Amino acid sequence: MNTKIIRVGFLAVALALSLFAQTARAETPFIIVASTSSTQNSGLFDFLLPKFQRQSGIDVRVLAVGTGQAVRLARNGDADILFVHHKPSEEKFVADGFGVARFDVMYNEFVIVGPARDPAAIAGTVSAAAALNLIAGAEAPFVSRGDDSGTHKREISLWQQAGIDIAGLTSNWYRETGSGMGATLNIAAAMEAYTLADSGTWLNFHNRQGLKILLRGDPLLFNQYGVILVNKATHPHVKSILGQRFVDWLLSPAGQDAINSFAIGGERAFTANAPADIVLPSKEQSE
Amino acid sequence: MIQADAPTILPLELKDVSLQAGQHRLIKDVSCTLDAKDVTIIIGPNGAGKSLLLRLCHGLLTPSAGAIHWHGANGRDPSLYQAMVFQRPVMLRRSVRANIDFALSLRKVPRRLRHNLIEEALHRAGLNRFAKTPARVLSFGEQQRLALARSWALRPQILFLDEPTASIDPAATHVIEEVIMAMRKEGTKIVMCTHDLGQARRLADEVIFLHRGRILEKSGAAEFFAGPKNDLAQAFLRGELLWWHRRELTPP
Amino acid sequence: MTDFGAAISTAFALVAHLDRDLSEVVLLSLKVSISAVLIASVIGLPIGAALALFRFPGRTIFIVVLNAFMGLPPVVIGLIVYLLLSRAGPFGVFGLLFTPTAMIIAQVLLITPLIAALARQVMETLWLEYEEQLRSLGTTPLRALGALLWDGRFSLMTAVLAGFGRAIAEVGAVMIVGGNIDHVTRVMTTSIALEVSKGNLALALGLGIILVVLSVLVNGMVYFLRGNQRQGGTL
Repeated sequence: MNTKIIRVGFLAVALALSLFAQTARAETPFIIVASTSSTQNSGLFDFLLPKFQRQSGIDVRVLAVGTGQAVRLARNGDADILFVHHKPSEEKFVADGFGVARFDVMYNEFVIVGPARDPAAIAGTVSAAAALNLIAGAEAPFVSRGDDSGTHKREISLWQQAGIDIAGLTSNWYRETGSGMGATLNIAAAMEAYTLADSGTWLNFHNRQGLKILLRGDPLLFNQYGVILVNKATHPHVKSILGQRFVDWLLSPAGQDAINSFAIGGERAFTANAPADIVLPSKEQSE
Repeated sequence: MIQADAPTILPLELKDVSLQAGQHRLIKDVSCTLDAKDVTIIIGPNGAGKSLLLRLCHGLLTPSAGAIHWHGANGRDPSLYQAMVFQRPVMLRRSVRANIDFALSLRKVPRRLRHNLIEEALHRAGLNRFAKTPARVLSFGEQQRLALARSWALRPQILFLDEPTASIDPAATHVIEEVIMAMRKEGTKIVMCTHDLGQARRLADEVIFLHRGRILEKSGAAEFFAGPKNDLAQAFLRGELLWWHRRELTPP
Repeated sequence: MTDFGAAISTAFALVAHLDRDLSEVVLLSLKVSISAVLIASVIGLPIGAALALFRFPGRTIFIVVLNAFMGLPPVVIGLIVYLLLSRAGPFGVFGLLFTPTAMIIAQVLLITPLIAALARQVMETLWLEYEEQLRSLGTTPLRALGALLWDGRFSLMTAVLAGFGRAIAEVGAVMIVGGNIDHVTRVMTTSIALEVSKGNLALALGLGIILVVLSVLVNGMVYFLRGNQRQGGTL
């Protein structure tokens, strides 16, 4: 009967391997982009990547995580491109030798959303800091990402601008979800709480219930996205030629136009702002 | 594969064999010799250690003290020439045929020889028509017959049986006793324990009376049933409940 | 809740359309989890049987650890596999991170302890019944192991199915090591997580319904095969 057992075991392994083989079939060239959930959730990548794919033949595999995690992934060499929205982290990434160079790609904005009945009465306020002060003063529920993402980092700096010490706060109106933007918005909707959201995710978010934008337009809410090619000198396996082509395309008129033409519900979601006079470092070497 | 005409591993000699479990000595200084022929029946009240003694002989248990010796083995592995039928038949979750086949394959019987051995064993036990039936849907009595058939197929020189008919009705018991006697006729040494005195009378050539881990009497069947020398054995034959008199009736 | 009604109709609509994206995701889910279950069974079942059969120093500790590992959070497994497969980790050179292979590895680690621990319990009961008889027949340990696995095969299916259930329903590990990359490593559970984060609750629930139905189908199929076999006389 042992022969039977061995036969069954052998069959199982063979079956597993054949499934394996199918999943690991010969692939078109690809790069891995570590990015944020905001770009993914907004639907931007679904719109952009097919255009790039058609033009270049390169598949782009997107990891949509928080900015903090995206930076860590890229630091470990697990991505070829870093495409996030927290300039200080990005510049540090390059300065530490993990990235080749950082380029502005596009921007949108952060918005403060909250329940339509607006218990802290922040609607009409111009300054984000003032609005946060009103929320704190009213002890109206506020949910924070609390996940070291770009949005979370921005929120923390806004509280600092408002002069409120969030770290030392022991109160039950301020809650950290420790989750992505979408999950946090779901919680905010259920709790009738305020939260800081990026406009891309917000525009494409379908479970708003009573939530609406209550404040936007403060210059402090400007949300800049940057792209960085991971440094081949630090991580030799990085697909720098393929990656550079993606960076080049994003910054090129074709890529920038594509970004500008992406709209959600008739509203432009991102505004391209790559430097017009950019000298692309790879133009000569990669082609 | 064991040759049918291989020289016998018997006689079996037990020398001062004891079995201890924790504080309790369950088998106490047993010495005896079992010869190649005939049916030896071990009788005695519950808890006398009959099953343990069988397991010690068969090698399923290792004695705490003393020695077990197969005088005819001459360097061969004695376990290859033995088989055992338990009180509760243990059947693999396979067909009747496959159960016997499995036992034969463990004894390294070549595949081409197995078929005939299986057929014959099934025939002897009257189980031919069940060959393809899952063994575990057979009745208890049929399963016990299958256990016997499985042992038969192995052609053991010695067969141990641990109260094989303890929970079986008289008709089924009769069939099983017939199979046992047929095996004896073919030359297999039978060692069986029972507390069914009628069965002992029907089958025994030799009787061992075991009480509280000791052999109190070992004699020919006719002699034993005519009148045992040991007073406890006499009491047992009369049907007295020995375990009621532990203190008063100490063995000589 | 109107969401439930919407979810059910969404689920029907999804199945009715069966667009390529959905079938891709469903197929990948099945491929990854079935591969993981097959591999984990080949590893876990003999381990379980061996634990039932053999006494060796450290066996009790091994069993305790194994039982504890049954409840290991998938995220922890995901993290461990991520650290191992990361370019900065010991197996980084293979470039397996963010591929279905990485997901299979994570799921194998996740469910092997479960399958082994459940198999041990089944095998121990069986061995209790078989031990004397098999020893009397003169079995070798390896043959005993084989007999236990073969005779326990129907009970062992339960262990294997439990493993499959845990694998196909798990999101934490595959999210970390797979990355939920569209068309590459996106499976049912990560799709559901993604749709939840987009606030598409009805769509997420619809996908959830399909996942449940799928799980029921697989279980039902195994149960059916098992029933047929039993009647076939190999009980």
